[in-house]
Amino acid sequence: MGLALQEIMETIRMVEMENLDIRTVTMGISLKDCAHPDVNIFKKNIYNKITTKAADLKDVADKIQREIGIPIINRRISITPIANVGVKYSSADYVEIAKTLDEAAKKLGIDFIGGFSALVHKGMTPDEQNLILSIPEALTVTERVCGSISVATTKAGINMDAISLVGETIVKAADNSKHINSLACAKLVVFCNPPEDNPFMAGAFHGEGEPDVVINVGVSGPGVVLHALKRYPDADLGEIANVIKKTAFKITRAGELVGRLAAERLGAQFGIIDLSLAPTNATGDSVAEILEEIGVEVCGAPGTTAALALMNDAVKKGGAMATSYAGGLSGAFIPVSEDNGMIAAVEKGALSLSKLEAMTCVCSVGLDMIAVPGDTHPATIAGVIADEAAIGMINKKTTAVRIIPVAGMKAGDMVEFGGLLGRAPIMEVSQYSSEKLVRRGGRIPAPIQALTN
Amino acid sequence: MEQTKGNRVVISVVGQDQKGIIAKVTAILADKNVNILDISQTIMQGFFTMVMVVDVKDYNGDIDSLATYFKPLEEEMGLKIRLQHEDIFNFMHRI
Repeated sequence: MGLALQEIMETIRMVEMENLDIRTVTMGISLKDCAHPDVNIFKKNIYNKITTKAADLKDVADKIQREIGIPIINRRISITPIANVGVKYSSADYVEIAKTLDEAAKKLGIDFIGGFSALVHKGMTPDEQNLILSIPEALTVTERVCGSISVATTKAGINMDAISLVGETIVKAADNSKHINSLACAKLVVFCNPPEDNPFMAGAFHGEGEPDVVINVGVSGPGVVLHALKRYPDADLGEIANVIKKTAFKITRAGELVGRLAAERLGAQFGIIDLSLAPTNATGDSVAEILEEIGVEVCGAPGTTAALALMNDAVKKGGAMATSYAGGLSGAFIPVSEDNGMIAAVEKGALSLSKLEAMTCVCSVGLDMIAVPGDTHPATIAGVIADEAAIGMINKKTTAVRIIPVAGMKAGDMVEFGGLLGRAPIMEVSQYSSEKLVRRGGRIPAPIQALTN
Repeated sequence: MEQTKGNRVVISVVGQDQKGIIAKVTAILADKNVNILDISQTIMQGFFTMVMVVDVKDYNGDIDSLATYFKPLEEEMGLKIRLQHEDIFNFMHRI
């Protein structure tokens, strides 16, 4: 088949001027065969398995990036939720396990390793509780380890005891890592209905139904979508959806090629393409700016949720055409700290926590990278998580919370995380208490939608 | 997979217009036994832009190593020279 000059130029323009990239190649590794009652042997087992299976991950990704001329930003690993392989370990043991994971990540030259996780949506084993208790220290003393906790699903309901514990854990993690702007919290996600094949951090883990080793790819490209829309200033909303769809198609195809090449060369199964629009702090690489291009003056103005719903759906439609294996969280991410448009909207007072919560009803994730005052009460954090979990549970979708009570800061301040995580304005939280609700504990029953059989 | 595994590589050259760009790029290709199949050149938004489709069947090495021969020229003339396997274009724009 002949190559058309126009197509070549379009690809080059997308990469050179519009920040097209493959956001991440993530290798999922099962650690089930590493279980051992002696924590030292367990640590050795997981270190060996991870460093063997992913030995060539970085080199292969580097080489593919050079061959096809599209940058691959992150190389990552997701592992079986550690609490699922743990055998009667103490919290101190779990901190040591996190250190081992960190060492493995550093040895391999990969950016993040995700799966310091526990799935406790229906109840907690003592082991899972120990893992959660170890989080404040484990995520402070390690650099590249990410964790997640599943506290609710549509089928199980919402585990309020777990949410209460997680609220306290987040505040403790913030305090523990106050010398680094409470960064430990940025590496922890609390989930409702977590996807088991999500390649994006901090919520990546290698779920139950997954093969031994798998390659999942996360594609992004808000910049490309934004530029495409700018070429149609007078299009109606139906046409706008179409433009987004076509753009998402092309981005996803690039991701599929990378995923298949990487899987083939690494001797792993090819898993899914996560066709999320995930922003970065690069100029123009912003989901908020897309919403503003669609037509709201500032992200957060009335109409923002509608614009986001249109965009999210169009991305999925375009992606579904392009690959048969769309998965993960596919849709739009709306983190605050990683998106220049979102940061600006918060600073202008146009975007509040409650508007963000409303927006999460129609997009793929939830409250992501939200910085709040350091003196926020654990029960208030638990209340925010419970609200988000309820949205996910009732709407049969994934929702997540990555919230950072930044020690020593108050509403209106600006916190700098540096690197990929960017900077975030401290957002105001409600001054009214959620303590009684959280203290009641127990489990919010699964909704009637759970009975789908 | 529907990958072509072909020998074709797309070379794109972008930079300030100046004399001798085509001559120097093609000289390197001839020296390395690379055959030019198609060549098109234009001035886009004030920049010299050239796209070539080449056949690397007789070149002894991979895209990475071929790219290194263009590095000195990129610096000398202030150009951006990019080599990409044809698969990415076929895959991205066509089903």
